[in-house]
Amino acid sequence: MPLVRISSPHLTGRNRTQTVMLTVILATFPGILAQIWFFGWGNMIQIALACVTALAAEAAILKLRKRPVGFYLNDGSALLTAVLLGIALPPLSPWWLPVVGAIFAIVFAKQLYGGLGQNLFNPAMAAYALLLVSFPVYMTTRWAAPVTAGGDLPGFGETLRIILGSQPVPDAFTMATPLDTYKHEISASTAAAVRAQPMFGSWIAAGWEWVNLGFLTGGLWLLWRRIITWHIPAGFLAGLSLMSAAFGWDADSYTPLSLHLLSGATMLGAFFIATDPATAATSRMGKLVFGLGIGITLYIIRTWGGYPDAVAFSVLLFNFAAPLIDYYTQPRAYGHASAPRGLKKGNTHG
Amino acid sequence: MSTKSLGDIALDGLWRNNPALVQVLGLCPLLAVTGTVVNALGLGLATLFVLTASNSAVSLIRHYVPATVRLPAFVMIIASLVTCAELLMQAFAYELYEILGIFVPLIVTNCSILGRADAFASKNPVPHAALDGFMMGLGFLIVLLLLGAMRELVGQGTLFSGMELMFGETARQWTLHVFRDYPNVLFAILPPGAFIGLGLIMALKNIIDDRIRRAQVTQPVATPTDPGESRRVRVTQA
Repeated sequence: MPLVRISSPHLTGRNRTQTVMLTVILATFPGILAQIWFFGWGNMIQIALACVTALAAEAAILKLRKRPVGFYLNDGSALLTAVLLGIALPPLSPWWLPVVGAIFAIVFAKQLYGGLGQNLFNPAMAAYALLLVSFPVYMTTRWAAPVTAGGDLPGFGETLRIILGSQPVPDAFTMATPLDTYKHEISASTAAAVRAQPMFGSWIAAGWEWVNLGFLTGGLWLLWRRIITWHIPAGFLAGLSLMSAAFGWDADSYTPLSLHLLSGATMLGAFFIATDPATAATSRMGKLVFGLGIGITLYIIRTWGGYPDAVAFSVLLFNFAAPLIDYYTQPRAYGHASAPRGLKKGNTHG
Repeated sequence: MSTKSLGDIALDGLWRNNPALVQVLGLCPLLAVTGTVVNALGLGLATLFVLTASNSAVSLIRHYVPATVRLPAFVMIIASLVTCAELLMQAFAYELYEILGIFVPLIVTNCSILGRADAFASKNPVPHAALDGFMMGLGFLIVLLLLGAMRELVGQGTLFSGMELMFGETARQWTLHVFRDYPNVLFAILPPGAFIGLGLIMALKNIIDDRIRRAQVTQPVATPTDPGESRRVRVTQA
């Protein structure tokens, strides 16, 4: 009787792809709820548009590639990509922005590379970068004003009409992002004067802080469920904090750390974007380096680059670097000497 | 080396051994200047001219140039012809020449030209070499035009804009505004758009080749292919 015909692994986890994807989607809910509460229905509609488009694009490409459509649609990966893209887009973007983004994410960034698990780049962030590079006006002027900053939140119907383009965007509904404002106004002003604007609210950045805390909560839940490990988020936040401590300690000339951590897409990036297992480094050490690199790059671009937020660009840059990081951080296999790598002295190939 | 039939030469240049899609040579101009149809047409015609003329000239001198110094000699010929093309463009399409900028002189370094000179023209009689140059140039031009049209359409929602640069003021009305109120997709005009566009055209060619191959398999009388036909020229990309 063939007892040991089955090759390892003999113990398998309970997590299937679908479980993982749906858990991650569930974990975005606190952040999405905060977005809806403070910035209106915009992101909800963006997410819905992106989801429908992403599923349709995924089905079409799978059909072209002669793969089982139902099987891959059910794994929820396209849905997660669409949700992340919808969260990241400015709430009042015109409808075709999430549509174009979702198509690019699924068709070009994911399926052309071979589908689930084969993509080099985070699909949602590749799409975000495409949209930001292609349509800078729409991607920077359609941020909603938070309700606590005196912003007048449009209702669901009005938001839908704005997104579908049947109604122009009233100025009262949009506002520059706090990161953008702080970066551009601090050179000619003081921290207190800049912070006196309603968009910064009473604490850090009206609305944004709660959205970020929402994503932090969801991220911690993912950690607790062991969907992600702590290495990438810790590296990410440590990189950002260290850079800020080294260069940006003076709030009168640079964006303070609190604003870096709790506005923009920081927490979304640290816990949901950078932790994508297909595009991140794999070993523990590798993940730490990967996260650290993203955090440092994020600070560099936010502070000295042309863009106010840069999670997409930093993540994409380190998606490029992930294979190299993996190469240099490959852990020693049990019973073997560590693999000779790079210019390390004393390693001979025997 | 047995001389290929003229039909084979034409088919090789246009399809089977297309410099842009199969040999993947001359990528630098291919990707850099195909933002609009008119740019693609300008550079494509200049390349076509240089390629035809250089192939003819190289074939003419093929018996007199020692093998050891053939490459410098070929480059010299190509450079002189590119200078001719450059001066002609300055005379007749100066605005276009300004737009294409460095990419007109850079035709010298287009590897498909040196590649054809060394791999084909230096071993074949003049008519064959000239036809090969013309067909390779035409194949390159067609891909440039296709890519230019794709990028212009996606990038700015127009076709044939700026044709007056080449054909005079009457061509100003040729511009087709395909979409109204089109938000310009900068991505398509930037280099990444060119890479993706070229990739899509290559994929399309592979699909068509695949279809043809399958159609041939079903027919019992498949013509045996000469192994010499599938020879691909490998030249280091500049």
